[in-house]
Amino acid sequence: MTKPYLELENLAKSYDGRTHALHSVNLSVAKGEFITFLGPSGSGKTTTLMLIAGFEAASEGEIRVNGASITRVPPHRRDIGIVFQNYALFPHRTALGNVMFPLQMRKMPKAMAAEKARAMLDLVGLARFAERHPREMSGGQQQRVALARALVFDPALLLLDEPLGALDKNLREGLQIEIKRIQRGLGVTTIFVTHDQSEAMAMSDRIVVFEGGRIQQAGAPLEVYNRPANEFVARFVGDSNLLPIRLTDPAAGLGEVAGIGPVRVPAQPGRQAGDRATLLLRPEAFGLPNGEAINAFRMRVGAVVHFGDSALLIGRAGETDVRARLPGLAAQGIAEGTEISLSWSPVSAHLLPAAKES
Amino acid sequence: MSKSLAPAQSSLRSWLLVAPLLVFLTAFFLVPLAQVAVMSVSDPEWGLGHYVDIATDGFHLRVLGDTFLTALIVSLCCLLLGFPLAYAMAAAPPGLAAAMMVVVTMSFWTSFLVRTYAWMVLLGSRGPVAHLFSWFGFTAPELLFTRFSSTVAMTHILLPYMVLSLYGVLKRIEPSLPRSAASLGAPPSFVIRHVVLPLAAPGIVNGLTLVFVLCLGFYVTPILLGSPREQMVAGVIGQQVEEFLAFGEASAMAVVLLASTLVVLGLYHRRFGLDRLWG
Ligand SMILES: Nc1ncnc2c1ncn2[C@@H]1O[C@H](COP(=O)(O)OP(=O)(O)O)[C@@H](O)[C@H]1O
Ligand SMILES: [Mg+2]
Repeated sequence: MTKPYLELENLAKSYDGRTHALHSVNLSVAKGEFITFLGPSGSGKTTTLMLIAGFEAASEGEIRVNGASITRVPPHRRDIGIVFQNYALFPHRTALGNVMFPLQMRKMPKAMAAEKARAMLDLVGLARFAERHPREMSGGQQQRVALARALVFDPALLLLDEPLGALDKNLREGLQIEIKRIQRGLGVTTIFVTHDQSEAMAMSDRIVVFEGGRIQQAGAPLEVYNRPANEFVARFVGDSNLLPIRLTDPAAGLGEVAGIGPVRVPAQPGRQAGDRATLLLRPEAFGLPNGEAINAFRMRVGAVVHFGDSALLIGRAGETDVRARLPGLAAQGIAEGTEISLSWSPVSAHLLPAAKES
Repeated sequence: MSKSLAPAQSSLRSWLLVAPLLVFLTAFFLVPLAQVAVMSVSDPEWGLGHYVDIATDGFHLRVLGDTFLTALIVSLCCLLLGFPLAYAMAAAPPGLAAAMMVVVTMSFWTSFLVRTYAWMVLLGSRGPVAHLFSWFGFTAPELLFTRFSSTVAMTHILLPYMVLSLYGVLKRIEPSLPRSAASLGAPPSFVIRHVVLPLAAPGIVNGLTLVFVLCLGFYVTPILLGSPREQMVAGVIGQQVEEFLAFGEASAMAVVLLASTLVVLGLYHRRFGLDRLWG
């Protein structure tokens, strides 16, 4: 990675002095990167954002921007643009008045501030709405005003806390693309919080997965999807089959899965024969085998859910539940209650540390 | 429930419910009020003489002016003292906010007279304030029976109205608003000026109106604590009734006081709507 722009070092936060909302978080972000914090509710995403913004004081650790510590700088001098989930627009100001606010705080002459604010409203596609008050605008429009206001002063960082959470699906997808376009155009380093994994996949340069106040994994979307660090990440990002596997010959990538039989996986040089692990197979890794395929097994189909372009087959192989996603055409002849053959390619498999007994 | 009642029946029932109150108000408020109004133009003889007096002679005008000035000063003092208090209350964690609320409203539960006498003790020539002055080697100024002492006491008594008015609006300000203002570069003083104050404006106007109107009619406190040279209207009315038996003149003053109050409330109503005054 290039020189870090934003660094979180051993960042920890306890609100009550007893329990930790955040445990020792470490993260480096490069300039211009689009980072997504992904995690379930209560996992510490907002807390991390509030520490970066300076609204909460860190219990431990350091926050640095461009090498300089901002841990003890008050929020109004941190130069960070924030978009809150509820927009947090000033109700007594028009869209233009809202976007001009940060420029007025920076003592920019009024005419110049108005011009700059209008240009930013134009960039988010709201030039015609400059004189409207927030209550006269739709949720999506308010969100764009909030984005314009957070960007107009060329902040060092842009933080967005579940900004699309309150919007309906179509609007959300439109705004995802728009936020991404604007962010790329301005090159502003961005942290985007969401609990929606498809949103994270679609927008990010890197995804940081949070759970229980800890970072579980940080990596590019496909890396997190294909090579999750642990079962939590595998389950949270995308649909998954997690099967217990016993390795018979790790160097050759051979193992044994209950209900399926002998399987071939990528070579596991670090592991020993007899080791147990968890085999991750994404539902779309399965296909209908032609001829004598490796990793073929029989599945009893319990239910078929057709989506048109694809279909989800839910069934059992021996005692193991399996979820398989097939292309829509291939799945059309498959009836519930029948038994079919499925196979998967060794390269689509990923091994996780064995599940802890719980 | 009310759905099952025919409209006529249900309106009859609601009239029956408020009837005792209406009878009470008519008998003990409207009728005496009308008597006062009549007396103001009929005692000792018919005519508008008292009103002409009030509008022309120096004493009455000065009393009215003093009353308005005192009410204005008290309202502003309540705002200056009440705003930081309400702001702290709105920002405090729930437990502390509840405790502060109890302290603020405690003076509601204490009798009016007790609070007034408490100030007589505090500000008296042998009270703790005077002691404090002599401790530092100053002779205590005359605190009691001045505009200062009555203003302090009335501010104390009316402060809860202001605090509650302000607390209502401040509590409703979305916490993310001051935060986003700060993130946009506003230092705390700017956040208050450009975000909190504009959003709290309705509560400020409410509080000022309430305190002003209540203060206009104050009687006991200015009588007991205030300066005899700077009387308020209610006190003068009492004096005229009790000492001079000048019922006509007293009634005219009362009508003027009532009219002033109604004018203030009317202005408020035209601008904001009276139903919002009590929150
Ligand atoms: N202001 C606060 N006071 C006390 N506890 C808090 C506060 N904010 C968050 N928490 C706690 O910290 C943990 C992390 O919360 P948060 O950072 O809001 O999670 P997320 O944004 O991922 O949903 C949760 O257990 C939450 O209850
Ligand atoms: Mg959150």
